[in-house]
Amino acid sequence: MPFKTSPSPFLYAPTDTSAIMRQVLYALVPGLVIYVYFFGWGVVINVLIASLTALSSEALVLWLRNRPLRPSLSDGSALVTAWLLAAALSPFVPWWMTMLGTAFAIIVVKQLYGGLGYNPFNPAIAGYAMLLISFPADMGKWPALTSQPGMLDSLSIIFNGHPLTVPTLDALSGATLLDTVKNSLKQSYTIQEIQQHPLFGYMGAKSVEVINGVFLLGGLWLLYKRVISWHIPVAVMGSLFLISTFFFVWDSGIYPSPLYHLVSGGVILGAFFIATDPVTAATSNQGRLIYGAGIGILVYIIRTWGGYPDGIAFAVLLMNITAPMIDYYTQPRVFGYPK
Amino acid sequence: MRLWQFHGGVHLDGHKELSSQVPIAQANLPKFLIFPLLQHIGEPTEPIVHVGDKVLKGQIVAHCFGSDCSLMISAPIHASSSGTVVAIELRPVPHPSQLTAICIVIETDGQDVWTELNAIPDYTSLSPAAVREHIAHAGIVGLGGAGFPSHVKLRPQDIDTLVINGAECEPYITCDDRLMQECPQDILEGAQILRHTLGGTKRCIIAVEDNKPSAFQALSQVAQSTSVEVVKVPTLYPTGGERQLIKVLTGKEVGRAQFPASIGVVVHNVETTRAVFRAVTQGRPLVSRVVTVTGNGVDCPQNLEVLLGTPMREVLAQCGRKSDIEQLIMGGGMMGYALPRDDLPMIKTTNCLIASGPGELRVPPPLLPCIRCNACAQVCPIHLLPQQLYWHCKAKDFKRAQAYHLFDCIDCGCCAYVCPSHIPLVSYYRYAKAEIRASEREHKKAEQAQQRHEFRLFRVEREKKERAERHKQRAKGVDSG
Ligand code: SF4
Ligand code: SF4
Repeated sequence: MPFKTSPSPFLYAPTDTSAIMRQVLYALVPGLVIYVYFFGWGVVINVLIASLTALSSEALVLWLRNRPLRPSLSDGSALVTAWLLAAALSPFVPWWMTMLGTAFAIIVVKQLYGGLGYNPFNPAIAGYAMLLISFPADMGKWPALTSQPGMLDSLSIIFNGHPLTVPTLDALSGATLLDTVKNSLKQSYTIQEIQQHPLFGYMGAKSVEVINGVFLLGGLWLLYKRVISWHIPVAVMGSLFLISTFFFVWDSGIYPSPLYHLVSGGVILGAFFIATDPVTAATSNQGRLIYGAGIGILVYIIRTWGGYPDGIAFAVLLMNITAPMIDYYTQPRVFGYPK
Repeated sequence: MRLWQFHGGVHLDGHKELSSQVPIAQANLPKFLIFPLLQHIGEPTEPIVHVGDKVLKGQIVAHCFGSDCSLMISAPIHASSSGTVVAIELRPVPHPSQLTAICIVIETDGQDVWTELNAIPDYTSLSPAAVREHIAHAGIVGLGGAGFPSHVKLRPQDIDTLVINGAECEPYITCDDRLMQECPQDILEGAQILRHTLGGTKRCIIAVEDNKPSAFQALSQVAQSTSVEVVKVPTLYPTGGERQLIKVLTGKEVGRAQFPASIGVVVHNVETTRAVFRAVTQGRPLVSRVVTVTGNGVDCPQNLEVLLGTPMREVLAQCGRKSDIEQLIMGGGMMGYALPRDDLPMIKTTNCLIASGPGELRVPPPLLPCIRCNACAQVCPIHLLPQQLYWHCKAKDFKRAQAYHLFDCIDCGCCAYVCPSHIPLVSYYRYAKAEIRASEREHKKAEQAQQRHEFRLFRVEREKKERAERHKQRAKGVDSG
């Protein structure tokens, strides 16, 4: 009657990587729902396309690499990538772009590096950046807020490139607020003049600020559940706030307010859901603060002086590169070693 | 009293209520007693009895190589009951890396007759050195589980603080808890003896985790009119680790390369302290210890005072063993190790047996890749980077692993406990440490061989030269003669 011999410890905390991934998905749901409310069914279609693409790409690679399918497919990480990418995309991007971005994220960015845990770049944001570089025009197309397309129109826009019903053609017109502000500033309008633009809401773009607010709630829930620690989101938003306040105070005519920066574009989604991806972030608390601060500052630099309206994607990717170095230089003092 | 904190640590479900409610009972006298020759950290012992010899309880059956145990890192082994030596042979032993070892087997005669005991009625009249020698000959080692010969930690150095460790932070184990509740006076006396042996330490602190209020109460009561401080420390695994406890009590960190004595602190476990009390005041060597027998694999989890050498099977039977035991663990749930069989003897370091049937110990969900969540580093009491250690150990990059302080790891298991991907981190570290040690041994051997070889070449060369010299001399002699 030999007994089972396994190594110690024999006790385990009730935490689980799959459960963590599921919680990230739950936290995304409210934001996505509001997104649908403002921008119509395109969002749902994108989430579906991205999810299916992510799972099938993952399955394909695992099959090619002769790895068991179940554990990786059921750990939920592919879905997290898919949902984050879908949440970042315009509800009007053509179907093949969503597929391409997701497949690139899963196959190239994640699996070619060895799968979950081995990828130096966050797959969702790398997929997004790839699309942004390759198809800047399509990526910049956002629905005008005046008329949100219904289910059939959304399907038609995504799969045929135009809505079913002709009058809503101008639904495709829009640029994002970040874009508008950037271009107007180039044309020497002042911030005060630009704020008269119909896209402006309280602090940023009308509905976008609301959507981001709900994503923020999801992020706070993740904090509360201790799925993420506060260091990265606080550092990202804090540094962005500080640097934008500085320039805003310097000259509020050409530098938009700090609140505008925080609620616009992908900062909140990025700070709470993407930069906190443990695989690609710095690990120690101190390192996370540096990493997050780096993202916030880069976002501001790219938005203000760079070639793209939003900077979150490139900011995260750039800091992904530095994460190992940050880790190296923020090693804690080991117990018993001199201070 | 001000307390400090070490980094990390985990709050665990103690599973202590299983066995902590019942008083310590006496274990039955078994038919056979088995004594492995090595039950402590340090030099092994050699048998000084022969097959067929009659022995009495408390008689030394295995002694340190060389003359005097008190001068070595070793401890003699005493027969724990009277009877006849029936075998000295290889037997399975409870050891994490060793399956069998030479054991002395005694068939008991049921009389349990003591040998003549040499008590010290007034230890204060003896010099610290004499008391220390007495303790060494009683075979006492760290009974908290480490098994380091106690007299080595009683060497006269500038010690100003004696700490009696009653933290007992490991899940499932309650033997110290019960002992503190039932024999606080013995422990207090033992502490005073240890103090004397250390040349009279300024302070003496008995530390108890705050999840053992009755033990704290009992000790505080007896210590009231003495200078011994009884201190409640927060329940947090691994506070019972020697260096963690020192940090909590003094704020000082003792690194791997140091001994606590270098900062004037010595730590002894409560049961060790009781063993010292018995050895000095009653002359009774270490022949028994309190063991927690627990888990859902036995009907009556409890603490038993067990004669050393008793086969575990007998102890399990006495506690109402069930038929569906899947795992048998010696030690606690975090740092113990799983035994393959139940006919192994109880040894000096056996503080707990967990008989685990279905549902007792959680079966970890399937392994997932490391997601670099850093949960492991947040809880590591040594402030290591378990994740980085893991990557390097896995890649067999032992140099890097050592640069990340692999050998500072105390195997506490906190990292593996919290890992959401259920990676057996500690196993990787143990494996790496074993590999590195093995290759260092190889290296040393090779070096020695190299030296021998070089020396031989040198000698051959020298002899050649000498011969040539002699030839020359002779030739000269012939010339001049
Ligand atoms: S806790 Fe596990 S998954 Fe998280 S970083 Fe450590 S080893 Fe990796
Ligand atoms: S087992 Fe080692 S690495 Fe893991 S928490 Fe304990 S000391 Fe740190």
